[in-house]
Amino acid sequence: MQQNPDQIRRSYRQMRLIREFEERLHIENPKGEIAGFTHLYSGQEAIAVGVCENLREHDYIISTHRGHGHCLARGCDPKGMMHEIYGRADGLCKGRGGSMHIADLTKGMLGANGIVGAGQPIAVGAAVACKARGDGSISVSFTGDGASNQGTVFEAMNMAVVLKLPKLFVLEDNGYSEHTGSSYGIGGDLKTRTEGFGIPVWEADGFDYFSVYEAAEKAVAHCRAGEGPSAVLATATRYFGHFEGDPQHYRHKDEVANFRETVDALKQVREKVTEAGILSSGELDEIDAEVLSLIDDCVESARTGPAPGADIMMSDVYIEY
Amino acid sequence: MGEMTMRDALNAALKEEMERDDSVIVMGEDVSGGAGGTSGKRDAAGGIFGVTKGLLPQFGEDRVIDTPISESAIVGLANGAALAGMRPVAELMFADFVGVSFDQIFNQMAKFRYMFGGKAKTPVVLRMAMGAGMNAAAQHSQTIYPILSSVPGLKVCVPSSPADAKGMLKQAIRDDDPVVFFEHKALYARKGPVPDGDIVVPFGEAALLREGRDVTVVAIARMVQFAAKAVDKLAEEGITCDLIDMRTTSPIDEETILESLSQTGRLVVVDESNPICSIASEIAGLAASEGYHDLMAPVQKVTAPHTPVPFARELERMYVPGPANIEAAIRSVLENE
Repeated sequence: MQQNPDQIRRSYRQMRLIREFEERLHIENPKGEIAGFTHLYSGQEAIAVGVCENLREHDYIISTHRGHGHCLARGCDPKGMMHEIYGRADGLCKGRGGSMHIADLTKGMLGANGIVGAGQPIAVGAAVACKARGDGSISVSFTGDGASNQGTVFEAMNMAVVLKLPKLFVLEDNGYSEHTGSSYGIGGDLKTRTEGFGIPVWEADGFDYFSVYEAAEKAVAHCRAGEGPSAVLATATRYFGHFEGDPQHYRHKDEVANFRETVDALKQVREKVTEAGILSSGELDEIDAEVLSLIDDCVESARTGPAPGADIMMSDVYIEY
Repeated sequence: MGEMTMRDALNAALKEEMERDDSVIVMGEDVSGGAGGTSGKRDAAGGIFGVTKGLLPQFGEDRVIDTPISESAIVGLANGAALAGMRPVAELMFADFVGVSFDQIFNQMAKFRYMFGGKAKTPVVLRMAMGAGMNAAAQHSQTIYPILSSVPGLKVCVPSSPADAKGMLKQAIRDDDPVVFFEHKALYARKGPVPDGDIVVPFGEAALLREGRDVTVVAIARMVQFAAKAVDKLAEEGITCDLIDMRTTSPIDEETILESLSQTGRLVVVDESNPICSIASEIAGLAASEGYHDLMAPVQKVTAPHTPVPFARELERMYVPGPANIEAAIRSVLENE
């Protein structure tokens, strides 16, 4: 387990930031000010943060339709994200992308993606660039259990192996592929499949930040050492539906409450670090309060942000045309 | 004759055709839903828009197939099942996901019959939800029927009313050619009269929804509803229009459009798609070549701009052509009167 208090403080704050960002969106969404589809990441915070805390400035990540957690873990500005989700002209993507398409290339964040399984080959391409630069940087794709059944994911894995690329595949099994249990849709299992391509897999408990961090540390080191692609397989759950408004008929009504009660990622970090005497409960409370106030600011500011106009709609289709 | 939503009309068409013909099967992501879930409930989704609700309990897992998220394999599955004698109705959720499965659509299902010397038939129906209106942004809002209408071998449906949705889906299922069936998301919950009994709408026959003297207005899917608003408003001023609902963009009912144009001499085409290589361009081209001597004014195309579909409410509202744009186009073709 990590011992450095500064590092843990940072990781805990990142996880808390994702949690409060998502829980707040869950509250704000039914009020009608947020348009479109919103897919929340609450419950899986340990995975995004456990992986991204192992990354460096010039690394890349690519995300999914459930992308807020990955964006925040990679350092995207929460206020810019919130403005984007509210469709504001000053959002990270000028209000043109929304929740499903948040990207910040200055942070090496190659975008959330509305097409399931589309990100993996793109991340392999970024790994080609990393290898060409020779600066030890790597490229990371996050892939849900549902996306893992797309042919693009198999093609990406094979390509990364054949080209011996610094490419980390993070496989996040949150139990559900939209409205269907992941056990129904996956033939064989994700670990064996990935190993079948010759990609080493480090397994992690996706509710346990330290478990994910340690697995990712090894997998990232493998990529940086020029040994070719690697994978982290982490299992957790999503606390909310596939999208906001999903009635979740496929789920037992007590399922999420049980996870929240027993294995919640933030509770686990809090228990472990206070028991080990690394951080005090009071220090963690201060982080919680700071994050809550930040999220309040983000929402307040996003609610009154500027609406995009015709100039924004008509620009950036091409650089020149 | 009862009132029902387009969603219920589509559901009824599927149910009736599955009862009528055992070779009709349904497949796609969450067409039932709930498999492997902790509640133990199947039919937990019934399709992301509820169109396939209730089919699994009635017809069972061999005929209502929940698939993994694998669009390319879903269309391939439908193609193979069709070649082997079934009548698959595959659902792609969002029309944008055609991008994931395009090879199976345009290199495979569209070409089997021709390439194989006329010996194959591929009675696949590929259902998908299209269109802006839900702020679902660039990858979940497109109206890509022009792209598919340009592919020889595919038939393309774009119903605008519950009755047509039902009658056209039944025809699509019975048709021995592959049919791409677009359902506009903004129309699912709209109610309309649906005749009782077995209704079948033949392809390539546009519907004349309003009759008038002054302008021919041709519209597609949700745009029919907006065009009707504009046409009805202008009728109060004494400007009367023929309003033609294309219903299929492949085949195109050229005769109905040209016949109307020969009476009015003025044409407005309303298409939610991007303007370049759109159905609006196709109809304008038809008028320029076949209807040239009837034209008394330049054809007006009312389309979305040449941009991806933007997310924010304000932007999407600007993107989608509305009744006001259509009204302005109708007035403009009358300007040189």
